[in-house]
Amino acid sequence: MLTLLDSASSSPWYFFGYFLDHRATDLGWLWDHTWLSVVPVVVGLLLALPLGWLARRYSWAYPPMMSITGLLYTIPSIALFVLIPPLLGLDPLTPLQVPIALSIYSTSLLVRVVADGLGAVPTETVQAATALGYRPLARFFRVELPIAVPVITAGLRVAVVANVSIVAVAGTIGLDNLGRLFDQGYTLSVTEPYYPPIVLGIVMCVLLALVLDAIVLLVDRALTPWRRAVRSR
Amino acid sequence: MAAGGAQPMIFKTLGWLTDPGHWRSTPFDTGILGQLGAHVGFSVIALVIALVIALPAGLAIGHTGRATWVVSVANAVRALPTIGALVLLVVIISPHFYGRTNAGFLIPTEIVLVVLAIPPILSNTYAGVQNVSPAVRDAAFGMGMTDRQVLGRVELPNALPLIFSGFRSAMLQVIATATIASYVTLGGLGRFIYDGLAQKDYPQMIGGGVLVAALALVADLLVAVVQRYVVSRGVSGRFHRNTSVDSRVAALVEENV
Amino acid sequence: MIRFDGATKRYPDGTVAVDELSLEAPSGQITVLVGPSGCGKTTSLRMINRMIEPTSGTIWLDDTDTASLPAHELRRQIGYVIQNAGLFPHRTIVDNVATVPLLLGEDKTKARARAMELIERVGLDPAFAKRYPAQLSGGQQQRVGVARALAADPPVMLMDEPFSAVDPVVREQLQEEFLRLQNDLGKTIVFVTHDIDEAIKLGDQVAVLRVGGKLAQLAAPADLLARPVDAFVAGFVGRDRGYRALGFTGAGTIDTHQEPSVAVGAAYPGHGAGIDGWILAVDADGKPQGWLPTGEEQRGDVVTDAMLYRGGTLAAQGGSLRAVLDACLSSPSGRGVVVDDSGRLVGSVTAREVLDLIEKRG
Repeated sequence: MLTLLDSASSSPWYFFGYFLDHRATDLGWLWDHTWLSVVPVVVGLLLALPLGWLARRYSWAYPPMMSITGLLYTIPSIALFVLIPPLLGLDPLTPLQVPIALSIYSTSLLVRVVADGLGAVPTETVQAATALGYRPLARFFRVELPIAVPVITAGLRVAVVANVSIVAVAGTIGLDNLGRLFDQGYTLSVTEPYYPPIVLGIVMCVLLALVLDAIVLLVDRALTPWRRAVRSR
Repeated sequence: MAAGGAQPMIFKTLGWLTDPGHWRSTPFDTGILGQLGAHVGFSVIALVIALVIALPAGLAIGHTGRATWVVSVANAVRALPTIGALVLLVVIISPHFYGRTNAGFLIPTEIVLVVLAIPPILSNTYAGVQNVSPAVRDAAFGMGMTDRQVLGRVELPNALPLIFSGFRSAMLQVIATATIASYVTLGGLGRFIYDGLAQKDYPQMIGGGVLVAALALVADLLVAVVQRYVVSRGVSGRFHRNTSVDSRVAALVEENV
Repeated sequence: MIRFDGATKRYPDGTVAVDELSLEAPSGQITVLVGPSGCGKTTSLRMINRMIEPTSGTIWLDDTDTASLPAHELRRQIGYVIQNAGLFPHRTIVDNVATVPLLLGEDKTKARARAMELIERVGLDPAFAKRYPAQLSGGQQQRVGVARALAADPPVMLMDEPFSAVDPVVREQLQEEFLRLQNDLGKTIVFVTHDIDEAIKLGDQVAVLRVGGKLAQLAAPADLLARPVDAFVAGFVGRDRGYRALGFTGAGTIDTHQEPSVAVGAAYPGHGAGIDGWILAVDADGKPQGWLPTGEEQRGDVVTDAMLYRGGTLAAQGGSLRAVLDACLSSPSGRGVVVDDSGRLVGSVTAREVLDLIEKRG
């Protein structure tokens, strides 16, 4: 540890060496960080699809649903982390608080996105589908949802990128993920600046955010071939 | 264990929150009111600076349609992990102020808060101006408004809903991030969360969470009220549906007399 | 008076939107620019108030070179109405209308009082004044657009397809009111449309432009229909132009025949009552209601509304030949009904007689 401290400040690229030295731990945290960022978005989407559909289908449900989700999204992440365990009757420091809190955020964001995406489907299209004989459920999955995909994936990109940043915050209250690198760096910098873990953490977080964003973008492309047709015309 | 463990914790938290001793400051400890003031202070400073930078920039970019890359760059900043940026800046800057004031922590915190607050305000202001219908802009110029008048009297009022939503999301991020600023030994309501965690004083930790959540909700509500009064009803779509034609005429007559 | 003097708009990529346009829009008259899309009609219009700057050439507003003023000052002297109105969503109707007077520094109370006057003048209920544009229909918004352009009482008005975004019924109504308004105000108006019927209906003179921004023909509507200069103009003004041209020819002193009539509610007339088996039914004021076939036994004793054939149009005395001919062609009896200003029966005329008159005058 002491030798590391000595060589640290000399080279701005030392964080790479630091990474090699702590590969196992860092990759473990990267994995934790990845699933903590992704799973809540998937959960959020699965919950938001029926909720967003309800908000569209029954207009009375829209205002209260938007108020509640807006309210939940207003609560700062760190506050939600510490409030979840007592509210759900869990241990104050359960590892579940982060995925639960992030699922709540993702759902809150995506309900609005799904409702607005479905709202943007042209009425004529919905009526045409009905006239062609689609039943409500089939119409939803085969017509309305595909058309709403661009709006929904735009929301997913925001949710995923935001999650990567929020998960790191959980590192400061001792939960395992890339945020622990900042905790480490800060602890090691008490007497003299020690950058490698901090810079490494930032780089890995940014890369993770970019990769996840790109994956959502690719899924969006794959699901909406008709938009490319328009573009290439 | 779930229900049994939960109830006492909620009561203990309530107990912590309602203890008057926790609200006042002592020579050794800053109370809730003091930390609340500090929290609001950091947040207001950051938001004012961010507004002064992002609002004119967003208006100018939206009006001229030039330098839109600035908006993209600002948006890319959102991928930065805030806690990482905060720790990095503190580690870089604080040694230069060591032992004198808390400026070594305050400056990096404010930099991070401002950097966080700029993208939502900037991109929403830009989008708000861009979204003004071309026919409206055309009519404004066609009637002989100067650039400044078109921007100030037409584009800005119509962009207000989006500007407000950008400002609100900036404000919530600033309040949230000011909380984690306590992690780098600065005051603010986050102090209770991190101290509670360090001391395994969970009622204090959870109480801090309640206070932060309450602050965010109240602040958002306040801005929502301001927005209601500042944004024209013609833009927000809130019309008097139930007023009869007669009362409207009466109101108009009154105003003209 | 507005005068284009070799006005040209060429874009950096080489496309020419308006090519050496020279024409004069006389004071107090409506000059319509019409042509297919891409003919530069809107560009020409927008060059007048310098929403688009001409590449070369001069545009005169009376004796002033429009390029000699700051653009915003020039625009404040020129009323401007566009498709979809372009009302300011954040301002009430009265404040929308008061925009230009306020820009010119008039005080608020006066500007609003004037705005209220104009709101009524364009046929809107004053109760609309406190509403916002989003609460109005398209036709109502367009009326506000016209009121707003008139607010500072500019001598000149530019109108860019102002009525093309509303439905045909409302459009016709707006056109009629626009003509009535112009009759009172006598503004110098340049009006752009892609609809040749609208051009012919509204224009004192019509300028037909061809793609590439060249003036094809400038003429009064009747001349345009009668003597298109080339195949392009002939094609553009359309196939029914002979018939439409009759709309510009007054019927004058066309002789009418006395037409026997029966009042609704009177006894059902026998075989000999009408002419060729048809008799005209009128109401108590002598206003024609429809045609009644005579001599059908099972009809009953009294003439009722339900018995009438209402297909025929009515031609106003002193109206156009087109209206008279249409009255003949649409009448089940073959006799066109002519009425006076208050809608009372004057007499009838046959299509043969109208055609003879056309030939005699031709």
